[in-house]
Amino acid sequence: MKTTSPPQPGERLLPARPGWPDATGHFGIFGGRFVPEALIAALDELTEAYEAMRVDPVFLTEFDRLQRDYTGRPSPVTEVERFAAHAGGARILLKREDLNHTGSHKINNVLGQALLTKRSGKTRVIAETGAGQHGVATATAAALMGLSCTVYMGEEDTRRQALNVARMRLLGAEVIPVTTGSRTLKDAINEAFRDWVTNVETTNYVFGTVAGPHPFPAMVRDFQRVIGDEAREQVLAREGRLPDAVLACVGGGSNAIGIFTAFVPDEGVRLIGLEAGGDGVETGRHAATITGGSPGVLHGARSYLLQDDNGQTIESHSISAGLDYPGVGPEHSYLHDIGRAEYRAVTDAEAMEAFALLCRTEGIIPAIESAHALAGAMVVGKELGPEALLLVNLSGRGDKDVETASRWFGLGDREDVDPGPGLDTDQQPTEGAVTQGDAVAGPDSGETA
Amino acid sequence: MSHLAERIAKAKAEGRAALIAYLPVGYPDVAGSIAAMIAAVDGGADIVEIGVPYSDPGMDGPVIQQAVDVAVRAGVGMRDVLRAVEAVAAAGAVPVVMSYWNPIERYGVERFATDLAAAGGAGAITPDLIPDEAADWMAAAEQAGLDRVFLVAPSSTAARLGSTTAACRGFVYAASTMGVTGTRATVSDAAQKLVARTRAAAPELAVCVGLGVSNGAQAAEVASFADGVIVGSAYVRELLEGRGADGVRALSEDLAKGVRS
Ligand SMILES: Cc1ncc(COP(=O)(O)O)c(C=O)c1O
Repeated sequence: MKTTSPPQPGERLLPARPGWPDATGHFGIFGGRFVPEALIAALDELTEAYEAMRVDPVFLTEFDRLQRDYTGRPSPVTEVERFAAHAGGARILLKREDLNHTGSHKINNVLGQALLTKRSGKTRVIAETGAGQHGVATATAAALMGLSCTVYMGEEDTRRQALNVARMRLLGAEVIPVTTGSRTLKDAINEAFRDWVTNVETTNYVFGTVAGPHPFPAMVRDFQRVIGDEAREQVLAREGRLPDAVLACVGGGSNAIGIFTAFVPDEGVRLIGLEAGGDGVETGRHAATITGGSPGVLHGARSYLLQDDNGQTIESHSISAGLDYPGVGPEHSYLHDIGRAEYRAVTDAEAMEAFALLCRTEGIIPAIESAHALAGAMVVGKELGPEALLLVNLSGRGDKDVETASRWFGLGDREDVDPGPGLDTDQQPTEGAVTQGDAVAGPDSGETA
Repeated sequence: MSHLAERIAKAKAEGRAALIAYLPVGYPDVAGSIAAMIAAVDGGADIVEIGVPYSDPGMDGPVIQQAVDVAVRAGVGMRDVLRAVEAVAAAGAVPVVMSYWNPIERYGVERFATDLAAAGGAGAITPDLIPDEAADWMAAAEQAGLDRVFLVAPSSTAARLGSTTAACRGFVYAASTMGVTGTRATVSDAAQKLVARTRAAAPELAVCVGLGVSNGAQAAEVASFADGVIVGSAYVRELLEGRGADGVRALSEDLAKGVRS
């Protein structure tokens, strides 16, 4: 059991890291640096600056202050009994990253990197974004710290996440729609790297997840591990025990690594990452990188990725813009290969069912990304039964997804839509009562809401 | 014996820099790209950098991206690349493959080295593979007798110039500007500085300059301080703008005059 004395500045970054990565950023065979030589000096400089600040009390005090006073940390843990009734009766605790300022866990990492940028004397930050949450968080931190900010976003995503585009612009950021390749997150990352290599003297690349070349996977993990450090203490304090399983959605993998890291040494705690299964892994239209991919190199690191026989990245598919990425952070590939974490796919339909259920049973509208973790909990809860205690990372809130969800459920302006019996949660559900099709209206086949 | 070093030394013996033409396989299609490579050789290119199409070309600007995107969508793969290698060798130039790392890793590093050598390729340029991560490639290339060309950049420290050039065989690719491929109005003075620093680190190794050279005058300028001049986007633009193999040949002739002036 951990002590309950208030954390000293920096205690959050300093707790013993797992025994990986090595000094050159390798997690077993994964990770490393697969980038043009022109970026190596910048990555070395970033690594050095970060390693120095990680143990600098002035930096750490400021970082802690921002997390507390600006983000609103610690985020609470909420038990969701009415939702859990649909998950085999297992008890479910949500770690509420949706309540952070800007609405997701992305702010945890961004504040660290923006502070690092400011202290290293650079004046501009760039970022890639998929769902827009990382872009919004970066634009927010840039506004707070007086940095200029450019965000690259796939054109396809600017349409799916129009609300977040508007938020970024209100915050003073320049949003550049990316029209190359699949016009989604992967292409936004390519564009951001191109910008960085051209403007590296003035600019820091605030990377949004635990992927990319060293030091990003380790640094972003360190900034996100606050989620699990807090949650582990919170669960121990209220339950006197550790959870049986910790669940999180996995896009690039930052919220999952964030909540997993504190539990990695707790061997009895299962770590379960939920990937975006799209239309189903068997259809080929998905973003389940570990479940359906193979090892290779993408965006500066070796990890699992979706690729064809020629080594071309395959375009991913997911209803969730934040999970619609054909790569994954190298530490997840490593945790998978050593068997410490398990990864499963959740389809669009399963995620949206869980989304609707949390809305109707708990009054919480989750991000569609996070709904994948909730759908995983519904399955794992049934597997483990009523004695089980599950901790689920609710990585973000769903305001940005209202339009997508309305279209999915065929709500829009229509008032004649019956959301279906599965959502009438005053009835106690029976095992298997909630299935796609009767729980919620299916995807709206015709009109656009 | 390095085929690349040999050809660059031959140019040097003629009192000029070598001309290195980049063209990606598969644009406008495989046959068209091979015809363009042969036209580049006819026009005076000494070495052809044969581009392997890749879905995420992080070091390339819009011109090359656009052409490569077409090739990727058409499913162009390593077999097509090896055909281009054979054709360029038959045309009398030295073929060197330029590939982002994942297509090679996916094909199999040893298999790639063996097949490339069998096709008559001199070696490979790997823009996103630094020597620190290249143990497998170095071993396979050594085994197959292939050259390996890594990149140096204006931001490379003296220590990295040393370790990178030590890992190279054939030549070292000096990426002259901080940025991506594409044509530029002027050759940056960073190029000359980088070449001087690189020579200081490795006096025996040929230094070829790429990124931003697009015409004979710029080629002449670069040729005055480098062992080879690498031109990519300008060639690709000839194809994108519909001037085909004739446009490529004419550009090569202009550039070939440049490296001789
Ligand atoms: C709310 C939310 N959760 C999860 C993700 C996925 O990212 P990661 O896997 O890095 O946590 C995103 C990405 O945009 C997000 O906005």
